[in-house]
Amino acid sequence: MDIQRFAKKWLKPGRGSVIAMPYLWLGVFFLIPFFIVLKISFAEQDIAIPPFTSLMAYEEGFLNIKVNLSNFLFIFTDEFYFDTYISSLKVALVTTVLCLLLGYPIAYAIARTDPARRNVLLMLVMLPFWTSFLLRVYAWMGLLNENGLINTFLLWTGVISEPLQMFHTDFSLYLVMLYAYLPFMILPLYSHLVKMDVRLLEAAGDLGAKPLKAFATITLPLSRNGIIAGSMLVFIPAVGEFVIPELVGSSETLMIGKVLWNEFFDNNNWPMAAAVATVMVLLLLVPIAFFHRFETRELEGKNHV
Amino acid sequence: MYNGNKLSPFLKGVLVVGFLFLYIPILSLIVYSFNESKLVTLWGGFSLRWYASLFENEQIISAVWLSIRIALASATAAVVLGTIAGFVSARFKRFRGSTLFAGMLTAPMVMPEVITGLSMLLLFISLQQLTGYPSERGFFTIWVGHTTLCMAYVAVVVRSRLVEMDKSLEEAAMDLGARPFKIFFVITLPLISQAIASGFLLSITLSLDDLVTTAFLSGPGSTTLPQVIFSKVRLGLNPEINALASITVLIVGIFVILANYLMLNSQRKRERAIAEAMRGDAPVLPSPPVGVEGMGRPGRA
Repeated sequence: MDIQRFAKKWLKPGRGSVIAMPYLWLGVFFLIPFFIVLKISFAEQDIAIPPFTSLMAYEEGFLNIKVNLSNFLFIFTDEFYFDTYISSLKVALVTTVLCLLLGYPIAYAIARTDPARRNVLLMLVMLPFWTSFLLRVYAWMGLLNENGLINTFLLWTGVISEPLQMFHTDFSLYLVMLYAYLPFMILPLYSHLVKMDVRLLEAAGDLGAKPLKAFATITLPLSRNGIIAGSMLVFIPAVGEFVIPELVGSSETLMIGKVLWNEFFDNNNWPMAAAVATVMVLLLLVPIAFFHRFETRELEGKNHV
Repeated sequence: MYNGNKLSPFLKGVLVVGFLFLYIPILSLIVYSFNESKLVTLWGGFSLRWYASLFENEQIISAVWLSIRIALASATAAVVLGTIAGFVSARFKRFRGSTLFAGMLTAPMVMPEVITGLSMLLLFISLQQLTGYPSERGFFTIWVGHTTLCMAYVAVVVRSRLVEMDKSLEEAAMDLGARPFKIFFVITLPLISQAIASGFLLSITLSLDDLVTTAFLSGPGSTTLPQVIFSKVRLGLNPEINALASITVLIVGIFVILANYLMLNSQRKRERAIAEAMRGDAPVLPSPPVGVEGMGRPGRA
């Protein structure tokens, strides 16, 4: 008997309650909050606790509904917000490309190492990932600083005569973004590359294909799914990144995560922060849905083997 | 040419550059944690003074304890909910709302944290307006936030283990008439225990490390370790944070190496057991093929 059919048949009553537990949790604490964000994005900032007006008020037989559209009007008409969204997408895109350019060869090299050493290398990739993200970003502050290690070293070797301004620039932003997100790219790439049949390359070589050609026509297409998974894992969270632009980025580089944070914590403008979040969710809905469908397909493919 | 055991010089170079890039920042953190000078990047001689002052810093110590308590509590809840969620999405294919369920499992992992943090906070605020509970932000609200984030990761780890796992043991138990719950606890759970353990460890590190979601969900009396680090680091380099980072790297390093060693060991043991079973001197091999003497112990059939 097939276990799926069995589960369907016997678990009916138990099944419902088993599904209900995680379902309810995610529904209450993950899904419903988005609708509350949407609701509050139509409120007005107020000096009260909590600091926003309510949309509905009942007064002497009248139900007053007050919907404030100004937050969205502001986002769509003010250049600052438009530029910030564009700039966040750009930073995320460049980060993804950088991660791919560096992560692909690393993942490829690990996948082609002999199995005994492969585990050690993989562990070495994972190790920084397990240590604190915040501390890894902090590490770069000490390196990129005007008196930091890189400048000290370059001055000592005589390559430069004056310290380079690297800290709080686009260079430092991209470098640290690359550093922080690299493991998310390497791992899915590795897990696809390691499954590849090396004999295909041998066959291509025997038939006279140059290594580069064999790579472009065999390895690259076969690792397509790893590229997609890794890119999505980097791109989507990178759009809303807050910590890295805040700590090492330039003050001129606009990032939407930073804007949301400032609206909320510094300006105490919760409705505006909610509106910024709503637009960001709408922007990310397409890539998230794409990533999700892709993951589901991958999983089902595995299931049929 | 395509020998799997020989890397081309280019690939070797890539590995060297890649690992230098990954490890130089961490090593520099550790080296400068032993620096006598208050100016982090100026070497003033070897000293342990920042470790001493770290352990006297009550703000940091109490934040560490709070973070550990939250991490243990949310990892535990995340493992329970995440294992069920992973099991549901791997074994129950279609049910009403299964698409939504799968979506809600994927989204928390990639959704920028500023969004999840803000939305959860607004949920708690609305709940408080409606019911008066939770009366303030703190341990409970952070715990809910971390549990939600971590359970998605646990579910993914558990699900991928269940999907690639051989179903024949579960099916055999089922054919022998075991009840579904018994099958889950006696057969499935032990088989996925390693995935659950790594999900638990992953949850611990995610929770210990989380800054953004926590910032939205914490109240005045509950400052976690990442919040303390962030507030200090924002002002510039701080030698105490270097000391803290070194201790973190040391602890994580020991854990990761140990876990890796144990995993490799059990894998080797399993491979040896399989090899022995193939040779025929394993005690548990059921009914030997008929007519082949010496392939297995007779009498166990």
